[in-house]
Amino acid sequence: MVKVQLWGSLRQAADGQAEVEVEAATFKDLLDRLVDAHPGLEPQIRRGVSLSLDGVIYREAWFTEIPPEAEVVLLPYMTGG
Amino acid sequence: MSLDEYSRREFKQVGTRVRRPDGVDKVTGRALYGADVTAPGMLIGRILRSPHAHAKIKSIDTTAAEALKGVRAVVTSADFGVPDDDFTRDVQDNCMARGKALYDGHAVAAVAATDSATAKAALKLIKVDYEILPHVTDVDEAMKPDAPVVQKGRVQENVPSGYSENVTAHFEFGHGDIEAGFAKADKIVERSFKTAATHQGYIEPHACLAAVTSDGKADLWCCTQGQFFVRTLCADIIGMEASQLRVTASEIGGGFGGKTTVFIEPVALALSKKSGRPVKIVMTRDEVFRATGPTVSSSSDVKIGMTKDGRITAGLATLRYQGGAFPCGTTEFGCSAAFAAYDLDAVKTLGWSVLTNRPKEAAYRAPGAPMAVYAVESVVDELCRHFDLDPLEVRLKNAARKGTKSSYGPTFSDIGLVATLEAAQKHPHYAAPLGPNQGRGLSCGFWFNFGGNTCVSLNVNTDGTVGITEGNPDIGGSRASISLMAAEELGIPYEKIRTVVVDTNSLGYNDVTDGSRVTFAVGLATIKAARDAIKKMCGRAAKMWGIDPEAVEWKDGAAVPAGPNAGKFPPMTLAEIAAVSAKTGGPIAGHHEVNADGAGVSFGVHLVDVEVDKETGATKVLRYTIFQDAGKAVHPDYVEGQMQGGAVQGIGWALNEEYIYGKDGKLQNPGFLDYRVPVASDLPNIETVILEIPNPGHPYGVRGVGETPIVPPLAAISNAVSHATGVRMTELPMSPPRVLKAITDGA
Repeated sequence: MVKVQLWGSLRQAADGQAEVEVEAATFKDLLDRLVDAHPGLEPQIRRGVSLSLDGVIYREAWFTEIPPEAEVVLLPYMTGG
Repeated sequence: MSLDEYSRREFKQVGTRVRRPDGVDKVTGRALYGADVTAPGMLIGRILRSPHAHAKIKSIDTTAAEALKGVRAVVTSADFGVPDDDFTRDVQDNCMARGKALYDGHAVAAVAATDSATAKAALKLIKVDYEILPHVTDVDEAMKPDAPVVQKGRVQENVPSGYSENVTAHFEFGHGDIEAGFAKADKIVERSFKTAATHQGYIEPHACLAAVTSDGKADLWCCTQGQFFVRTLCADIIGMEASQLRVTASEIGGGFGGKTTVFIEPVALALSKKSGRPVKIVMTRDEVFRATGPTVSSSSDVKIGMTKDGRITAGLATLRYQGGAFPCGTTEFGCSAAFAAYDLDAVKTLGWSVLTNRPKEAAYRAPGAPMAVYAVESVVDELCRHFDLDPLEVRLKNAARKGTKSSYGPTFSDIGLVATLEAAQKHPHYAAPLGPNQGRGLSCGFWFNFGGNTCVSLNVNTDGTVGITEGNPDIGGSRASISLMAAEELGIPYEKIRTVVVDTNSLGYNDVTDGSRVTFAVGLATIKAARDAIKKMCGRAAKMWGIDPEAVEWKDGAAVPAGPNAGKFPPMTLAEIAAVSAKTGGPIAGHHEVNADGAGVSFGVHLVDVEVDKETGATKVLRYTIFQDAGKAVHPDYVEGQMQGGAVQGIGWALNEEYIYGKDGKLQNPGFLDYRVPVASDLPNIETVILEIPNPGHPYGVRGVGETPIVPPLAAISNAVSHATGVRMTELPMSPPRVLKAITDGA
């Protein structure tokens, strides 16, 4: 199981939980399972999210493998100027 | 987990200050910018803009304009479809109003004519029947339940009920028990702040030339930060296949995030399609101010608790950003960046995105971060003053470092904040004496950085030179940096390499030049493309020597046997291998395609001295020093230029730059006479100190440097002015009238 930290305003879509657990081996799995388990997250995931894996931020990397015990944090989709 | 790309090495060329490849063209006027491109039979396009801040478009009559001699096409929103997705629809609706004019300067129609005067005359013949609607341009006013609604139906699911429909999104970040944190504080300071919208202020106005042929192909030349993204947007809006639209980026006279989208390009394409002739549009400066993206304006509340020995016990920030007439896209980054420099047990940021009758926000270096960090760093400074603590010591005591759980969630790995703070502490600037009416301020700054989609080709020419094609417009010296990294990897002189930025048919998709990504991501792809070419060259040498390819390695620009068992052969240089390439298997080229991650976050510290004239309220910047972690400075001149440029733009933002709206909702100062950017005589020499804490996600340790430097200046200067005047400043810009009023009110 992967523990995923949610930012504050997403928590209402996950019964107020700051951290949720899903069974996932890759980021693609993780996003799919998050939507399955917490449909309220779908609008934000559809708009775009980044994922931080042990402090490294990934914008779009479906097949990045998630090691056991990794710190996974959902973040807004990064843009810049 | 880290992206383990970095390996320590002694650089021979990276880190040197080689001659920039675009210098001669730019100083001799030979460089081709957006407005320099022409085509046979070209028409001139001009755009009619709303004089109202908010108005329903009841009808548009173009009959008289179309009948004018020399006019070849007129377009309105009726000539465009309606994209399915919100993002593209917003971009299109910003280029051409559909149903409502949402701000002063919003495009409502466009004309293509044989010359500019005819096009201008035709605009006057277009009759638009407006129904003027109530408007709102202030973020706090727009949030009130009875405020005029700018757009209906744009509220995200995360906004609680009870707010105006202008409030489109809500964000919350943080961790820990905020109230418990405040209970531990010896002092709590709570302040409210406002910042004005500012423009990116690039010298070159938006310009493009579109040529659509009768068989459905099109070419578009434009000044942009990302020709591939322009292609995506324009193909969607015009209804073309990407393969049929070739976009070529011109040289660019500044972008800073403001050229990461389109404003005139779809209009030029529509006019060209309708007229059957090439159409050129060049914005006036007035149009640039009224209708292209400024940054957001903000209103914020910050509350921070501190113990008397300088430990921050809790931080709370509420940020309200207006991003114009379309949903704001930067509030979340302000929330994430606000407290990023601190290691806090209890922190929370709340953000609200708000619609107003202003032009659509466009990115501006580290979008969303400067105004959030301004508010936080101002309150930290006030607490330091209250306890008479050294502001650098306090920041060091609370600094985020490896292992810190950041205020926006992830745990930091290798970061350079402590190193930059220590460098500032040791610098002579920090101990220099101040005179009367002078003040010193400092601030930390932070930006995320990212990598993104990147595609590079490296071609080995038969004369031993190398050509590199990449797909990102060079807005900060990337061609020099890319050539340097290729030279380092290949082991040939920098002068033997030419890097060019190519059109959308010449490479795979490249993301926009933004996010401080190019030296990181394109550099990474270039290094790997060079390694690909090296592998092929080693293979050719192996064939000629009759040995196994694995028995050949690359050293100092030549293939050599990997060890004594591989045989005894003299080094075969790149030039020698290239010269016979036709006989050994054909052309040699290296390629790399990647969606790069692992960009590594960036921190900086700015230190500034100012003097305030208490008779006039005018502020003079006396001394300015920047400390920033660059990972590895590939071309130090450009790194310093990025740092200095960010500081200068921040000085303008802090002291003078401001979108001023009248009660009628019209922009009062759409020109550089009334919108005052800093000029050379306003500025001291800006000293830079580059630190190099390698980024593990890049082969050479590179971090992006372009955005972080605009984050600290707002707070650093505000803190300096507050100390010089003895009055805490809470609103930007600190223009002379505002400073004078603060001094008078404070007295």
